Amino acid sequence: MKFALVTSVAALTIAALGTTAAVAQSRDTIQIAGSSTVLPFASIVAEEFGAAYPEFNTPVVGSGGSSGGLRQFCEGVGENTIDIANASRKMRAGEVEACAEAGVEDIREIVIGYDGIVFAVGADQGDFALEPIHVYKALAAQVPQDGEMVDNPYTNWSEIDSSLPDQDIALAIPASNHGTREVFEENVVLPGCEAAELPEMNEDEMEAACLNFRQDVVTEIAGDYTETLARLEANPSTMGVFGLSFYDQNRDTLKVATVSGVEPTMDSIAAGDYPVSRPLQFYVKGAHIGVIPGLEEYVQFFLSDQIAGAGGRLEEAGLIPASEEFRSTEVSDFMDGTQFEASAE
Amino acid sequence: MTDINMQQTGSEASRKRLEIIRASLSRRHRAEAIFKGLGIAAIVLALALVGTLFWQVFSKGTPSLFQSTLHLDITFDPEVVEVGPAPEAGSGLSPAEYEEAYLDWRRALALVNWNELIANAIRDVSGTEIDGGDVRALVDNNAGLVLRSRFQDNPDLLGQTVPMDLLVSANGDNWLKGTIDRDLPDERQQLSADTRNLLDELRADDVITMDFAWHLFTNVDSRTAPASAGLAGAFMGSLYMMLIVIVLAVPIGVASAIYLEEFAPQNRITDLIEVNINNLAAVPSIVFGLLGAAVFINYFHLPISAPLVGGLVLTLMTLPTIIIATRAALKAVSPSLRQAALGLGASKTQMVFQHVLPVTFPSILTATIIGVAQALGETAPLLLIGMNAFVASVPASPLDQATALPVQVYLWQGNENRNFFEARTSAAIIVLLGLMLVLNAIAIFLRTRLERRG
Repeated sequence: MKFALVTSVAALTIAALGTTAAVAQSRDTIQIAGSSTVLPFASIVAEEFGAAYPEFNTPVVGSGGSSGGLRQFCEGVGENTIDIANASRKMRAGEVEACAEAGVEDIREIVIGYDGIVFAVGADQGDFALEPIHVYKALAAQVPQDGEMVDNPYTNWSEIDSSLPDQDIALAIPASNHGTREVFEENVVLPGCEAAELPEMNEDEMEAACLNFRQDVVTEIAGDYTETLARLEANPSTMGVFGLSFYDQNRDTLKVATVSGVEPTMDSIAAGDYPVSRPLQFYVKGAHIGVIPGLEEYVQFFLSDQIAGAGGRLEEAGLIPASEEFRSTEVSDFMDGTQFEASAE
Repeated sequence: MTDINMQQTGSEASRKRLEIIRASLSRRHRAEAIFKGLGIAAIVLALALVGTLFWQVFSKGTPSLFQSTLHLDITFDPEVVEVGPAPEAGSGLSPAEYEEAYLDWRRALALVNWNELIANAIRDVSGTEIDGGDVRALVDNNAGLVLRSRFQDNPDLLGQTVPMDLLVSANGDNWLKGTIDRDLPDERQQLSADTRNLLDELRADDVITMDFAWHLFTNVDSRTAPASAGLAGAFMGSLYMMLIVIVLAVPIGVASAIYLEEFAPQNRITDLIEVNINNLAAVPSIVFGLLGAAVFINYFHLPISAPLVGGLVLTLMTLPTIIIATRAALKAVSPSLRQAALGLGASKTQMVFQHVLPVTFPSILTATIIGVAQALGETAPLLLIGMNAFVASVPASPLDQATALPVQVYLWQGNENRNFFEARTSAAIIVLLGLMLVLNAIAIFLRTRLERRG
């Protein structure tokens, strides 16, 4: 009796203490969440930051995809909400509104560099020289034929274009929780759709028709790139969509496709020749600056030459660096408190 | 005559009866043999599957328990380590001034090019010219930090030469172990041909050896220095959570089971409670994660990614298991024990706590340990309360951000350097399985001991 009583009282006290302590204790570690594309870069910076600044804790970096991270970011202001959301796409106007409703008004955007999206197949598969229209024809539910929309008849890449290898069509693309998906749609599918010359229809119908994918050969991957890679291993004819840095680290098992005749490399993306690239960024909660120690220093450190610059730590890890001028403007805008404004959709 | 006839018909009848019995007997034997065969087949299948799983995990994971390690004589060259002497406490400085000076000194240390020291040492041992970039490809990124913290702990090392063990980079380890096919052409390799040759040379000279990877247990997770990534942070996170589960779930669970079984009146309300407890035991764990995120984080404002919240969520998950097992144990106590106690004048409380409960200790203990082992392996609810974050420090308290062992398996499985982390993931699984085995062994040991005593 005594034992049970004593332990349960002890348990309740601990629980109560825990609760009050949590409320009273102020968080002194930067908390980050979001894009799985940015995650490796942010984690590296977090560790280097912890090593370079002895007075600050090492920031904690979570994943959850760009959308998941921004949703957490917009939950409100306070120590039990995250300070920084990593994103591989720009914040949408709707998200800015949701943020404002929860009291998150001071949002600052920092672009850290660029990333390419590559199409890759298993190393022992055929060579692909893709054009956006090929991708569109491979994954659309309906394609135009003689001025009319018909159910997609293609089952083999060589049926779409004779220059493509004789290989069954199967695609593993990122699901909509990934920022990569938006870039994939905007930079590949929509241009491909335009090139396919759909019959006359209004703009909304056009977009719906362009982005309506068939489900039998297209697999949407909600997890990270390793899951996409597992698909390629299970079904060797699958083509997967990856980030350039992931491909770069797995060159022994993957072979990359050229898009519009350009091979994705750090140079071709930095020069803007490769069509499917996007900026990577993170969003900082202005209200947390000065409350959570180290936020300003983290941003400055992230964009410093040794980290995000050419030849810096992140370039080694596969990030395509932005110019020095661009980075210094980003930092000074951040320090001046310039707020993010979503572009109208 | 009639007698003989009757005898004859009698023996005829018993013969027929015997035949019938024989036939049914062989049918029953056959059925038994089939059942036995099926049983053995099921056990063999189960063993084969477990065997395959263990073989898979162990054959993949064992290589990463041994990692390529560089043994170098590092000279803390004063021309490279250009920092002033470390400030000394009490030498005319106020504590605040000392703190400030010490921080400045550490900042200066952070700026030293430690890789140059490593480059010098490699040059000495191999005679190959090598620059900072090559060092980064060859040695794990964390090597500079190892040198720095060694120097920070002992500033007298300036100008001295000390033997140090440094980890080879993840890609270097891949090359030496052949994880990436060594015959692949240059453009599909991660390292340049020069670096690969240098690695082979150092390996042949025994400057690089395959050492047991102790850092797997003492280091925290790392992205910038994948070769030095370890499980210490995840282990502490899991430990805190298990402590919280034990401290909360056991007393609450046992107390509610005792009340429901021994004291509560049998009516609709208690029936309803019982049904709900049984239902709760069958609720998928991810639902508890959603509940935890909504209640503990959003309503009570507990910190995200903290083992405290993880522990509370897992407590909720473990409670029904403990309640059900304790109630079953209490039910199994023979009524004569209760009646004897009551007959001798014990009160109901005395009867329960002095006579019934001690008998059930072994079962309760087993249920607790099995419940805790289950909670230890639980991943899904932790993903929803932010415990899948990348944490590069050991949590000092249950309120600090942390991961857990099964989540670490999940994180490593998703790492982009797959060639390296595939083996590392299996190593983490081995550690997790080992921990489970230990827990179950403790459960069996305690049960047999307590049962013998009782």
